[in-house]
Amino acid sequence: MFKKLTLSAVAALGLFTGGAFAAGEGGHVEDFAFSFEGPFGAYDQAQLQRGLQIFTEVCSACHGLKFVPLRTLGDEGGPGLPEDQVRAYAAQNFEVFDAELDDTRPATPTDHFPANNGVGAPDLSLMAKARAGFHGPYGTGLSQLFNGMGGAEYIASILTGYTGETKVEAGTTFYENHAFSTGWIAMAPPLSGEDVEFADGHSNELHHEAQDIAAFLMWTAEPKMMARKHAGFVGVLFLTLLSVLLYLTNKRIWRPIKYKPE
Amino acid sequence: MAGIPHDHYEPKTGIETWVHKRLPIVGLLYDTIMIPTPKNLNWMWIWGIVLTFCLALQIITGIVLVMHYTPHVDMAFASVEHIMRDVNGGFMLRYLHANGASLFFVAVYAHIFRGLYYGSYKAPREITWIIGMLIYLAMMGTAFMGYVLPWGQMSFWGATVITGLFGAIPFIGEPIQTWLLGGPAVDNATLNRFFSLHYLLPFVIAALVAVHIWAFHTTGNNNPTGVEVRRTSKADAEKDTVPFWPYYVIKDLFALAVILAVFFAIVGFMPNYLGHPDNYVEANPLATPAHIVPEWYFLPFYAILRAFTSEVWVVQIASFLTGGIVDAKFFGVLAMFGAIIAMALAPWLDTSSVRSGKYRPQFKWWFWLLVIDFIALMWLGAMPAEEPYASFSLIGAAYWFGYFFVILPLLGVIEKPLPIPATIEEDFEAHYGKTSDTGATASHPAE
Repeated sequence: MFKKLTLSAVAALGLFTGGAFAAGEGGHVEDFAFSFEGPFGAYDQAQLQRGLQIFTEVCSACHGLKFVPLRTLGDEGGPGLPEDQVRAYAAQNFEVFDAELDDTRPATPTDHFPANNGVGAPDLSLMAKARAGFHGPYGTGLSQLFNGMGGAEYIASILTGYTGETKVEAGTTFYENHAFSTGWIAMAPPLSGEDVEFADGHSNELHHEAQDIAAFLMWTAEPKMMARKHAGFVGVLFLTLLSVLLYLTNKRIWRPIKYKPE
Repeated sequence: MAGIPHDHYEPKTGIETWVHKRLPIVGLLYDTIMIPTPKNLNWMWIWGIVLTFCLALQIITGIVLVMHYTPHVDMAFASVEHIMRDVNGGFMLRYLHANGASLFFVAVYAHIFRGLYYGSYKAPREITWIIGMLIYLAMMGTAFMGYVLPWGQMSFWGATVITGLFGAIPFIGEPIQTWLLGGPAVDNATLNRFFSLHYLLPFVIAALVAVHIWAFHTTGNNNPTGVEVRRTSKADAEKDTVPFWPYYVIKDLFALAVILAVFFAIVGFMPNYLGHPDNYVEANPLATPAHIVPEWYFLPFYAILRAFTSEVWVVQIASFLTGGIVDAKFFGVLAMFGAIIAMALAPWLDTSSVRSGKYRPQFKWWFWLLVIDFIALMWLGAMPAEEPYASFSLIGAAYWFGYFFVILPLLGVIEKPLPIPATIEEDFEAHYGKTSDTGATASHPAE
């Protein structure tokens, strides 16, 4: 009988999660297939590098990544740039203010990506975890159980969701975007396809670019994902093994109590 | 310590005797770990160990997290990101701690509903039950304040909404709210005191847990039949019980390992599933999130809080009778705390002479309806405050109070219970064959 209650508890855990009720029910989010989905999914290093290039050449004009240390571009399980490239990338692309020099200097790997508050665009460090692409149904959170939270899908959907319509309200131009909750977003379409040239000759169609930058932003939001899944896998494996051993031990010590000899 | 008759610790060597005469700590540990435990406990009696483990897990991961966290409005959010990115294994610590809170509440709800079904709250275990309720309240306070610490949007606005509840108290509400917050609004002072209390309360819980265990080690565990262990002699008691070690230690550890395997799958593969995306946005007092939703474990009581709007007739009567002092908001706050107090009063509201729900044919139905009600309220707490959810919440809240204040007292009078077994031994042996005829070898294994 109490199995039912245990099941209820599990069901309650599975249902009604806070994330299922995030703002943005209105938009339509496309379910892109990313390499990092599922318990064994991993980041595609080449994709992260392409995403970094898009961020550098396009997004960084307005957005910052203030929580991301530049050195982590060299991390395994991330874009995995060689150390000299990380150094060169930091120095060539960003200037930071150094309090000791009382002046700006080229960024080094020990610095973070700079914040960028110029036009009031939100910081993108955690954007892929700060949005949920999938909701419901009926506030149960079941969709996220199967599809994931959908932060990266949300970003890619926004970037491909522009219809081309615009409107002006109180002096601000809004762009129609069917992935955005209200349908109208203040960000002008940042990508239109063929915005960057990839050194490896990978396709730079809008659809591909949107997925590459979304994957990169998933990495900036969750840089330790690979290590986390590994830890989870090892944990589940060993605990399952321990469960089996304890099950057998338990059965054996209880046997004389349950089935008395004689 | 009074209790079920059993063998006590006897110091054997000289040094043991020397220590025992000065501090009988070995004896205390021995008696605690070897306590006679009813041998018919089922799998719903494993949650106590899970809860103890959760408390230890939260304290240990928490202490390490504090080493890297900065309780300041300008730095808290960034320091959490520092933990996630720079601290060795920091991401694992934080995800274990955040999801550990959810595991804690899954276990405590299973534990509470087990107590409600098998009548564990009834005499002579009322104090165990009340201490348990205090632990539950302290857990809710700790979890709420812990959720504020990352200083995300949901932290800030959750804190604003929940402390606002205290502001609903007539006359003294506003000064209380200001005192809780340390200022007119949620700010650095709030963050600092929540941090301090979030660190303190787990140790209060640990002390209460010790008292909880002390209390039920005095009365003995309840069990699925609700029949007490015979205390007439040691020989009788031994027919009803087995020592906690090794029988229940191994059983509980097995259950814990299974539960932790599921827990690690959540931490490893979907650690943000139970969280809220808005909490990855740094707190901004100028931007209110579209929906302010508490964590899942608060939702049933949040639904009760919101159920009592000014359109509900009970609220209107209360408001009229008190000359407007009890308004809808204050009524909701009273209802929310009242829902927990109702649960705490169960020992005195339940009039049935039979302890275990197993032998109460009508009670069973009402009990399972309460479980369904609880889950429905959890769902309703997450839905927007509009129709039809508001009406459903009201029905759910009404049943919650009806169960404790009407059904429990009445059932004891009108219900005809089924026959209960005379002893635990009788029940146990009806369940398991007295001899080994099921293929299991009778001989003592391994020795």
